[in-house]
Amino acid sequence: MPMPDYSLIVRNASFLLDGLLLSLTLTLIGVIGGLAVGTALALVRLFTGVIGNYVIDAYVFVFRAIPLILVIFWFYFMVPLILGRPVGAWTSAIVAFTLFEAAYYSEILRAGLRSVRAGQLNAALASGMSRGQALRYVIFPQAFTAMIPIFLTQAIILFQDTSLVFVVSLHDFLTATSIIANRDGRLVEVYTFACLVYYLICLAATAGVEELKRTFAR
Amino acid sequence: MIEFKGVNKYYGAHHVLRDITMTVSRGEVVVVCGPSGSGKSTLIKCVNALEPYQDGKILVDGFDVGSSARSATHLRRRVGMVFQNFELYPHLSVIDNICLAQRIVLKREAEEARERARRLLDRVGLKDKEAVYPTSLSGGQQQRIAIARALALDPEVMLFDEPTSALDPEMINEVLDVMTALAADGMTMMVVTHEMGFARRVASRVVFMDMGEVVEDCPTAEFFDHPQSRSDRAQLFLDKILSH
Amino acid sequence: MNYQWNWDLLFSEPYAGWLLAGLGWTVALSITGWFIALLLGATVGVARTSSARWVVLLSGFYVSVFRNIPLLLQMFVWFFVVPELLPAKLGLWFKRDLPNPEFWTAVLALAFYTSGRLAELFRAGLQAVPRGQRMAADATGMNPAQALRYVVMPQALRIILPPLTSEFLSIVKNSSLALTIGVLELTAQSRQIENFTFHGFEAFGAATAFYVLVAFVLNLVMVGLQRTLALPVAV
Repeated sequence: MPMPDYSLIVRNASFLLDGLLLSLTLTLIGVIGGLAVGTALALVRLFTGVIGNYVIDAYVFVFRAIPLILVIFWFYFMVPLILGRPVGAWTSAIVAFTLFEAAYYSEILRAGLRSVRAGQLNAALASGMSRGQALRYVIFPQAFTAMIPIFLTQAIILFQDTSLVFVVSLHDFLTATSIIANRDGRLVEVYTFACLVYYLICLAATAGVEELKRTFAR
Repeated sequence: MIEFKGVNKYYGAHHVLRDITMTVSRGEVVVVCGPSGSGKSTLIKCVNALEPYQDGKILVDGFDVGSSARSATHLRRRVGMVFQNFELYPHLSVIDNICLAQRIVLKREAEEARERARRLLDRVGLKDKEAVYPTSLSGGQQQRIAIARALALDPEVMLFDEPTSALDPEMINEVLDVMTALAADGMTMMVVTHEMGFARRVASRVVFMDMGEVVEDCPTAEFFDHPQSRSDRAQLFLDKILSH
Repeated sequence: MNYQWNWDLLFSEPYAGWLLAGLGWTVALSITGWFIALLLGATVGVARTSSARWVVLLSGFYVSVFRNIPLLLQMFVWFFVVPELLPAKLGLWFKRDLPNPEFWTAVLALAFYTSGRLAELFRAGLQAVPRGQRMAADATGMNPAQALRYVVMPQALRIILPPLTSEFLSIVKNSSLALTIGVLELTAQSRQIENFTFHGFEAFGAATAFYVLVAFVLNLVMVGLQRTLALPVAV
């Protein structure tokens, strides 16, 4: 094994930083998009009858049953077909992550809403509120605090999962390190560096979530 | 049989046992009572090394309890214990609860262990329950099985840590009856309890504890029949507990 | 949308064979990885509940390493980095003489990654067993290993059974990452069929159907297991 050479990390700093930026952007889009679609799914579940429930249950079940890589492949193949023109890996990845995360977020929302005791809904309805008002003013505010840490934990998992865009050759952080590692034949140094970066980011984020939980608990 | 010599125990700055010195002779039944937080449960858990203590000595039949963690196993085979919340193993049937330690600690043969378990179930009046699971039984039945489980290892001493305080009132007597019969057979027993009727009938001595120290230690008759010569703290406690 | 359906494709050679082979690798990866992960995860989980502080810290570090680095990167590390760091002979054996090096590397990566998650599960399960149970076992003279084996662990396992099942589903899904180091498991094969035939719907549909079927069967198995292992409740 040749002497370790870490200078190429410095030399390629801006390329790596662009990769990290892409990972973070994709995470952010996944969280916002997933949360939006996931909330829509959860609301449909709350307000429509049995058929809506079945459709959404099936959606959630299927997305949670299949690997994210397969989801990425699906949309990489399908989005251009549906739109009738090539759109590139980035757009497909955004669609894939949004719809994939939506399944997970809608489940978190459902569990969060269920964690508010049934008596609360009854009390609100008994005081003359409509179902929508009861949810808006009584249930959501209580469910919200219970859900925030879980949302954030899910976002950390998503951040790690964005590395899977490797399979459609988007230059996220991991793919960027992989390109440099292979080009210069410096696999050991570059991958060790990548591990350290992911480890520190996720560790710090997890510590942040724990701190937030403690704040809420007070 | 059990000797306490100047035993002290601390939880951090909290002094939970203060200079305990007393003796339980072979065949004696000693009832330990006192207000909650007085250290009585901690005291009997020290006897079979479930709780460590910081200084002093506890000897069980001449065997030094604090000598080493390794020897705790040896000690515990000879000292049976019954807990407030029964602590039967919910994943095992009644007979397996009684056989488990016989098999893996005493290395008894399966048939021998079963034989022993059935005799004990008969003794506590639950012969027909060997195949059921503990959670389907009443609290009183569970506690009687817990006693059988402890007896299965042929202990020389039995420790009872508030054996009836988690029970509904109508089940208390069935457990106390088993304990009374055990005492009549000559078992050495140390019992933490608030059941003063049991103490008066069965105990040879009563120990009253408060704030980590032994305040009274006297023969049963003396303890109950001459309340005016007891300490103020003991009188206060007895008034509270006997007034209803 | 203009698309020529051809479902027969899936039942014709060589594609049917590809799918079956991919299925075989997915199952082999998942099951082999799972058993190693269970062993590691249970061990580390027990260590997490130890009374020795350094054991708790060390096992905590183990968990945090395997949970805070993306699985894909872990797979690359096992494949590209670990053989370089091993003593020369062992590294060479890893790269050249080990049969199916991609498969075994993927198994290791999956197993260690999953073990970090299982360790936390086991820790939570062990801590959920009431403390008195351990005390009762101690009081009858069991040594710590016996108390764990016969009293605490059987109860902890019942508590963690549902999340344990979803972790198994996760390892099945995660086994798809093995395609990045060249294991032709199910997702890789469906991608390959799509590349050869441009029939993505059929190819990905077949893979999707299999994964959904696994999830469905696992759900049934879990419900069944829970019923069999459930403890009778007082009436």
